[in-house]
Amino acid sequence: MEILMIITVGVLVSVATYMILTKSLLRVVLGIMLLSHGAHLLLLTLSGLGEGAPPLLGEQAEAYSDPLPQALILTAIVISFGVTAFLLVLAYRTYKEHKTDDLDELRGSADE
Amino acid sequence: MNNIVLLPVLIPFIMGVILILFRNSPSIQRFISAVTAFAMLAVSIYLTYIIYQNGITTVELGNWPAPFGIVLVGDLFAGLMLILASIVGVACLFFAFQTIHSEREKFYFYPFYFFLMTGVNGAFLTGDLFNLFVFFEVMLIASYVLIVIGGTKYQLRESFKYVVINIFASMFFIIGIAYLYSVTGTLNLAQLGERVGELEQTGVLNVVAILFLIVFGMKGALFPLYFWLPKSYYGPPAAIAALFGGLLTKVGIYAIIRSFTLIFTHNPDFTHNIILALAGFTMFFGVLGAVSQFDFKRILSYHIISQVGYMVMGLGLYTPLAIAGAIYYIAHHIIVKAALFLFAGATQKITGTTDLKKMSGLLKTHPALAWLFFIAAISLAGIPPLSGFFSKFALILSGIQEERYFIVFVSLLVGLLTLFSMMKIFVYVFWGKPSLSEEEVKKTKLAPLLWPVAPLVALSIIMGLAAEPIFSFSMEVAEQLLDPSIYINSVLKE
Repeated sequence: MEILMIITVGVLVSVATYMILTKSLLRVVLGIMLLSHGAHLLLLTLSGLGEGAPPLLGEQAEAYSDPLPQALILTAIVISFGVTAFLLVLAYRTYKEHKTDDLDELRGSADE
Repeated sequence: MNNIVLLPVLIPFIMGVILILFRNSPSIQRFISAVTAFAMLAVSIYLTYIIYQNGITTVELGNWPAPFGIVLVGDLFAGLMLILASIVGVACLFFAFQTIHSEREKFYFYPFYFFLMTGVNGAFLTGDLFNLFVFFEVMLIASYVLIVIGGTKYQLRESFKYVVINIFASMFFIIGIAYLYSVTGTLNLAQLGERVGELEQTGVLNVVAILFLIVFGMKGALFPLYFWLPKSYYGPPAAIAALFGGLLTKVGIYAIIRSFTLIFTHNPDFTHNIILALAGFTMFFGVLGAVSQFDFKRILSYHIISQVGYMVMGLGLYTPLAIAGAIYYIAHHIIVKAALFLFAGATQKITGTTDLKKMSGLLKTHPALAWLFFIAAISLAGIPPLSGFFSKFALILSGIQEERYFIVFVSLLVGLLTLFSMMKIFVYVFWGKPSLSEEEVKKTKLAPLLWPVAPLVALSIIMGLAAEPIFSFSMEVAEQLLDPSIYINSVLKE
């Protein structure tokens, strides 16, 4: 299971990198989203995909799974959700103001 | 246990929420925010006093004991940073009253100002790596809004890049946390410090250390990762640029110093030498950028980069004297840099431009502004009786003691180039024939613009004249930082 998850993370991160390197604003935003999913899955996987019982429910189980990474990921997901919403609005406004979504045309020049 | 540690985070957060309710009445907003800013200053000074008297003060939230629950830890370093943050907070706020556009004011400028302070103060106080991430995000989201508020074409374009770069770095932060958690099984800073010392797997830890260096270095604008800074800081109005220039990068530097004195102390030959090399490059390329520019704000933005190098140089040398110098330098730089950005805002308000070639002769029309700027400028460059000199002196002295002559050479050269580019500003802006007519001079009142800045300049002079007590305080901070067992014991109560 861990091997499968790690491969998934690798695929997500590489797709995200490809998307971030493209020219379109929207693709960059999507790339950021995929990258955050990759990071969250990595956090879940690296802290051990335990096969124990859920914590805090009875005291008889052989092993308990670690609740901390799940709490961390929950927080991280909420944060990345909020930031993505902001980024989408920002990309939309940038597109409206500059009439282009091509990052090459959004490059800065020295004499402004 | 002392609940006052919570106040620097809670005050700006609660007041920020309350400020949202008064969107349409700027005068009430101004009054509440001024009171809040002063309250934060008072609380942080009182908190530092308590820390100084009683040692490191911690709060365990919800009474969960330390490694399991969330802790807020106030040590001397955090206390000092809190005081500096609230000084800059007060000065920039009062400058914003004078200069901020009323439309910007209506679009929740003050609430986000205080949310930014919440994040900054929280990042200083937290004793937990994941909460550091959360407070970083609180700070960054507020900074995204502040940097784009007003929505001009330039701001939208540059802040999109700023936001993307910072989210990218945040994702690496999570990846770093994932690696560190899998290696050590904890995220509490104190317990991390303990376990990293016991672990034998230095190879993995080196990788994690460098990952965190990249993450914090991106937020703190270290050598290969500073490219976003000058353009993003150019966009927003001066009060916001001053707050960012004074505070935001220093939070990254704070995180670097904290993690590389507390957690990643397992292999200083490797990590701290890399930091030292990065410091040299950061200083040199930052100041080259500053020399090449002809715009008031851009020169100052490049100077932030070069001076971040000095702070990291202190960490790279890794001796008590060097760390004390770095801390002194951070204090000096936060104050002077905020003041200089506010001067840029004042001249922009007077002349209507930040392009050096389009203005001249302000020395005759606005002598007070000119001389105050001159003091701040030579303080930044490190001329003796001012605060910049003593902080650099400690760094260079310690570099010579450690026989790292090359970095000492680079830092002296950078000091010279800094002086050169600050004098360039002075020559272009203040010398020559006055470019403004009498009417234009009378149009803008100078005194309200200078009042928020003058205390910062005065502080820089005081920090230079009272160098001895301040330096001995920095030494105490440095000793506390270099002996992580104090921090670990007071958090874990062993």
